[in-house]
Amino acid sequence: MPILEVKNISKRFGDTEVIKDISFSLEKGETLSVIGSSGSGKTTLLRCLNFLETPDAGTITVNGEVIFDAADPMSRSEKGIREKRLHFGLVFQSFNLFPQYTALQNVTLAGMLLAKERPDYKERKSQIHEEIISNAKTILDSVGLSSKLDNYPHQLSGGQQQRVAIARALALNPDILCFDEPTSALDPELTGEVLRVIRELAERKTTMIIVTHEMSFARQVSDNVLFMDEGFVVEYGPPEQVIGNPQEDRTKQFLERYFENGNN
Amino acid sequence: MNIYIASLFEGFWLNIRLFILTLVMSIPLGLVITFGSMSKFRPLRWLVRTFVWIIRGTPLMLQLFVVLYSPGLLFGVPMKSRMTAAIIAFVVNYAAYLSEIYRGGIESIPKGQYEAGAVLGMTKSQVFFKVILLQVVKRIVPPMSNEIITLTKDTALARVIGIAEIIMCAERFTKQGLIWPLFSTGLFFLVFNGVLTLVLGWLERKLDYFKV
Ligand SMILES: Nc1ncnc2c1ncn2[C@@H]1O[C@H](COP(=O)(O)OP(=O)(O)O)[C@@H](O)[C@H]1O
Ligand SMILES: [Mg+2]
Repeated sequence: MPILEVKNISKRFGDTEVIKDISFSLEKGETLSVIGSSGSGKTTLLRCLNFLETPDAGTITVNGEVIFDAADPMSRSEKGIREKRLHFGLVFQSFNLFPQYTALQNVTLAGMLLAKERPDYKERKSQIHEEIISNAKTILDSVGLSSKLDNYPHQLSGGQQQRVAIARALALNPDILCFDEPTSALDPELTGEVLRVIRELAERKTTMIIVTHEMSFARQVSDNVLFMDEGFVVEYGPPEQVIGNPQEDRTKQFLERYFENGNN
Repeated sequence: MNIYIASLFEGFWLNIRLFILTLVMSIPLGLVITFGSMSKFRPLRWLVRTFVWIIRGTPLMLQLFVVLYSPGLLFGVPMKSRMTAAIIAFVVNYAAYLSEIYRGGIESIPKGQYEAGAVLGMTKSQVFFKVILLQVVKRIVPPMSNEIITLTKDTALARVIGIAEIIMCAERFTKQGLIWPLFSTGLFFLVFNGVLTLVLGWLERKLDYFKV
């Protein structure tokens, strides 16, 4: 059973349909890269999965449980959304760290707040806090930031900030971790450290959806690649096919333009 | 000599009382007005914004007279005390100004901060209190400091409805041919604002540990 099944998802803003009838599925431990030119609807797709937008049509199923069904008014209600969105994590293009908290606090904050809802919170409060903190330290260590625990976001480089953001998303242990162009806001010399972290996550079989313009990276780490154009899924398959040997004209054009512009 | 100084202190005590009461009440009232002016319910938003526009677009002096006289002249229930009238006018006036500062502060926080909180499973109120609020506070401290310093000086306006604040007290002595009491009222304001500036500067530095 796939960990995620997206079926016939559509989303319109006013009169323009931004994503159209998108379907795909994802196996546990799989890394899926989403590519496509700017404006093709990639961000909107991730935002739908994270309940930042409500699709107008379609269903989202995680681990066999339908967590969203546009036809069912219940799944549009605010209630329950908070729990359901915890199936997903999202790493933003612009990091969106909380500036008033240290790196460590950024990673622990949400966990601390969620822990308050646990039935055993009152009795085990300090123990729970310690667990959350030690878990956060382990994760920050795994993204190479064990020496930056007490730094505030403005004291960190863009690459370090994005690694904190990845750690923050990982701390809640999501089933599927989504990245929206995680290196696009970074100076070129800082993209490497972030891509390295994501590559390690892929090697450890973290289930991920990565929207990226880093074509060679996508080719190396992905199990599958999805090419979007004007809101449609145009081509889907293993990277050797979609990037290495595309079948569709629109994919070919996109990749030609991409490689002509001097990227690699 | 002592009787003059005592009179000035007595007058300034009124300025200070008006200042403190205005601050203590307009700071929370301003927040209520902000929520109204940012409401998703259009008629309420429109109403509140019009109200703020009127308050900010007319002189505080006029508002003082309106609050003092209109209950009596329009509804036959005269304002019981001049100080109450002054406090009402000042609180409403400053709440309107502060609400605009709050709104500016809240609207300046990037959408990404709310979204980052939301995708981490925080409730709306957790996002507001744990993520947004302190960033707003940091942004509004400088403009609020300006308002607060202005308020100290505005309290002198209360004399137009017969409140014997410090400048009114000092002016009485000019009729006896004395000018120095008038000069020295300036010292009261300078010292008071000097202390305020230190406190507000300290608060600003307290929030220096992060950048927004
Ligand atoms: N909130 C919104 N309101 C109106 N139009 C939007 C909104 N968000 C995105 N769009 C439009 O949807 C299209 C797809 O946007 P997006 O999903 O951001 O694409 P991508 O991430 O692939 O660049 C764009 O044309 C964009 O202008
Ligand atoms: Mg995008």
